Amino acid sequence: MRGKMEPVLRIKDLKTEFFTYTGVVKAVRGIDFSVNPGEAVGIVGESGCGKTVTGLSIMRLITYPPGKIVSGEVSLDGTDLLKLSESEMRKIRGAKISMIFQDPMTSLNPALTIGFQLSEMLILHKNITKEETKKKIIELLSMVRIKSPENVFNQYPHQLSGGMRQRAMIALALSCEPKIVIADEPTTSVDVTIQAQILNLLQDLKSRVNSSIILITHNLAVVAGLCSRIIVMYAGLIVEEGNDRQVFDNPKHPYTWGLLRAVPRVDEQEKERLSTIKGLPPDLMSPPKGCPFAMRCSYAMKICFEERPPYFNSEEGHRTMCWLLDKRAQKVKRDE
Amino acid sequence: MINEKELFEPVKTEEIEAKEYIRPSIGYWADAWRRLKKNKLALIGLYIIIVLIALAIFGPMVSVYEYDATNLNNVYAPISGSHWFGTDELGRDVFTRVLYGARISLAVGFVASFINLIIGVLYGGISGFMGGKVDNVMMRFVDILYGVPILLIVILLMVVLGPGLTNIFIALGIGYWVGMARIVRGQTLSLKEQEFTLAAKTLGASRTRILVRHIIPNAIGPIIVTATLLIPNAIFFEAFLSFIGLGVSAPVASWGVLASDGVRSFQSHPNLLFFPALFISITMLSFNFLGDGLRDALDPRQRK
Amino acid sequence: MRKFVIQRVIAMLITLFIIATITFFLAKAIPGGPFTKEKAVPDAVLKNLERKYHFDDPLWKQYADYIISLAKGDLGPSFRYDALTVNDIVRKGFPVSALLGFVAILISLGLGLPAGIISAYKQNFWQDNFVMFFSILGISIPNFILATLFMYIFGLKLHIFNIAGWGRWQDVILPAVTLAAYPTAYIARLMRSSMLDVLSQDYIKTARSKGLSEYRVMIIHALKNALIPVVTYLGPLIAAIFTGSFIVERLFFIPGLGRYYVTSIYDRDYTVILGTTVFYAAFLIIANFVVDIIYAFLDPRITYSTEKIK
Repeated sequence: MRGKMEPVLRIKDLKTEFFTYTGVVKAVRGIDFSVNPGEAVGIVGESGCGKTVTGLSIMRLITYPPGKIVSGEVSLDGTDLLKLSESEMRKIRGAKISMIFQDPMTSLNPALTIGFQLSEMLILHKNITKEETKKKIIELLSMVRIKSPENVFNQYPHQLSGGMRQRAMIALALSCEPKIVIADEPTTSVDVTIQAQILNLLQDLKSRVNSSIILITHNLAVVAGLCSRIIVMYAGLIVEEGNDRQVFDNPKHPYTWGLLRAVPRVDEQEKERLSTIKGLPPDLMSPPKGCPFAMRCSYAMKICFEERPPYFNSEEGHRTMCWLLDKRAQKVKRDE
Repeated sequence: MINEKELFEPVKTEEIEAKEYIRPSIGYWADAWRRLKKNKLALIGLYIIIVLIALAIFGPMVSVYEYDATNLNNVYAPISGSHWFGTDELGRDVFTRVLYGARISLAVGFVASFINLIIGVLYGGISGFMGGKVDNVMMRFVDILYGVPILLIVILLMVVLGPGLTNIFIALGIGYWVGMARIVRGQTLSLKEQEFTLAAKTLGASRTRILVRHIIPNAIGPIIVTATLLIPNAIFFEAFLSFIGLGVSAPVASWGVLASDGVRSFQSHPNLLFFPALFISITMLSFNFLGDGLRDALDPRQRK
Repeated sequence: MRKFVIQRVIAMLITLFIIATITFFLAKAIPGGPFTKEKAVPDAVLKNLERKYHFDDPLWKQYADYIISLAKGDLGPSFRYDALTVNDIVRKGFPVSALLGFVAILISLGLGLPAGIISAYKQNFWQDNFVMFFSILGISIPNFILATLFMYIFGLKLHIFNIAGWGRWQDVILPAVTLAAYPTAYIARLMRSSMLDVLSQDYIKTARSKGLSEYRVMIIHALKNALIPVVTYLGPLIAAIFTGSFIVERLFFIPGLGRYYVTSIYDRDYTVILGTTVFYAAFLIIANFVVDIIYAFLDPRITYSTEKIK
């Protein structure tokens, strides 16, 4: 039984904004969460909810102009990354935190070989020889189930299939044995059949590797089975957080209900229409003062439009930002 | 104040729909115009061009002198109140000649650009729209044409045809449509594949209708930019041709001819070269600024 | 790769052939031109021409002869000057122009490329605005105006350079700089927009996420990709240098091919015009071909386009 551990990553009140010529887009509006060593956390939400920006903010890859991390704290093993100089941060990137990007086709440099691109990080952060690096990379490539890794080492990205490219990206992210791997929509840009393979691979790797994983996706089905803790984001805020059992079996936020309802089920008896959440996300340049989901929520109350709800704890480790959990609110039945 | 109990009352759905939080979307052109306005240089360019056009049209009418009125008693006069830019070697008023030259040079710029625009759009549009073998053949032809040094052909044509304004139009119209055709074809191809043309086709729209109503408005952005940038090129080439003796014939004078003549006496009378050169430079700069600004403003990727 | 080269060679030959054909028929079209039997031409020259062009032969034979002699490298005699051939003119003038052009290319690449890179790196800061402003000037101001400006400032007023003549190494500088103005400006802008394009790509984000230094990201990751569109400009660059040379050589009194070309236009020396045009065209086409090959080397997608592994 594990004792209480210090979280490897602790995020406090993170706010990231984009200063465009039409206005300021508040992409991340104050989020807090932590990641424990060896844990797999999933951040789920629709496009534009701020999950990718969160991932980039952790790596401090937000470029100004137009984006800027406006406030907050991102502590890795106690060190606030936001206070580091750029050159200190570079030592962290790749070595302590690495990222797997969404689109493997555009995320690899077409003019450099796979071997070159994968070796760079190792050569930079660890002091090992070229031959050793090559050996290690080839090992990694076979670990991510790429056949004939020696050949792939000398090839260019366009010569590989989409699935292989994504696997190469995963190998890259793992090469320096970082403490945290951030995977941003790793299955979105590949075929469905490849998706299954990648997920399979990630599950397999999780048991073999010591890193914590932050998995960012809009697809709830992807986090099931892989992540032990789930964070639901909407309009730049965390609306619900809990472990996988809590969120899947006993979700408390209407948005989470909507997300779960929207997952088509194979065992559905009647021919039902695909369920969607009506409406559109709010404009993040002038976000509403109340709960961001109120406009689309079938259970909204007057107070939801007036004031942003605080977090209510329903169980140890399960919190929800919703007025429905306030004891003054009427009990509602979740529409399954 | 609303009492607490009321605050926790559920809200009816109609009330929810009344609250619109969605950002109003701006039209493509309005957004582009707004972006263009922010670009000071482009705006300055635009205003200068408008002023130049006005000068070109009305200037020679208003001026006291005729552009070809010689006055051998007053050659090489310096800048003065009665001759704002001085006079040339035949006593003609330089200011009037420069304004008249504006007509010629701007006309060459616009007409040549227009001719190339039409040819390029038609050729590229048809090629892209037809697709398949037709497109292949047409593009092969363009590729080969692209490899041919157009300026040399233009020079040869001018040698063959002889000097004169219409000949310049012909010569300039021959070669420069190629770039435009490529762009238009690329646009047509990509737009053809996009969903909305598919949607229109499913609705039963005829092919011409698709072309006119859907493809052309969307492809217009790069077309406008290319056309705008063709104008200074045309003006430059006309000046260039004049400089090597292949331009319009005297006494009709474009800025190129004026500059070319001015070079001969620039050490003693720099005003003869200076003013036409100034006008050429300002015109080309203005069109380039404007073209650049248009390119940035019409780039759909930059919409936020 | 080999397929690519062969394709390009064929395209090149076709284009050369087309140029030759165009020049032939244009020459036929010129009133009083070289392929007619106008009496306005001095007898000696007429004899030359008759010997060469066999005016009495049927059209197709004249055409075939013309093509064959071109293929052998004979560019024809002068129309106006009895003892002169186009080959002579080219032999005399081309080395001069080549030197001038070479220096101009060095300047434009040496100045334009770094300017564009810095401009992209410091987008919207003063370095960017500075470079952009001057590059628009360079593109917009025709080089004959620049030439006279430079001559005035550096030649007459400051007495640093001669404004004419060709003999000392300093004489190259002013004309080369004038010639290089437009290409430098164009390359700077092209490099800038290419770099900006590349820097917005996802793989740059990946590179940064590895913790690589900004220098390495720019030079090793970005530059190689950004250079590709710039390489495709090399062909037009050479063409621009040629056309610029017509003016620059005339203004600075440099005895290069461009100046002879312009003179021949004034003289209406038709055969020289045609022959020189063919020479220029051939040179440009071959240069374009070489550029295409360089391009293929730079972009691995072309080199290895045929293989794909599952």
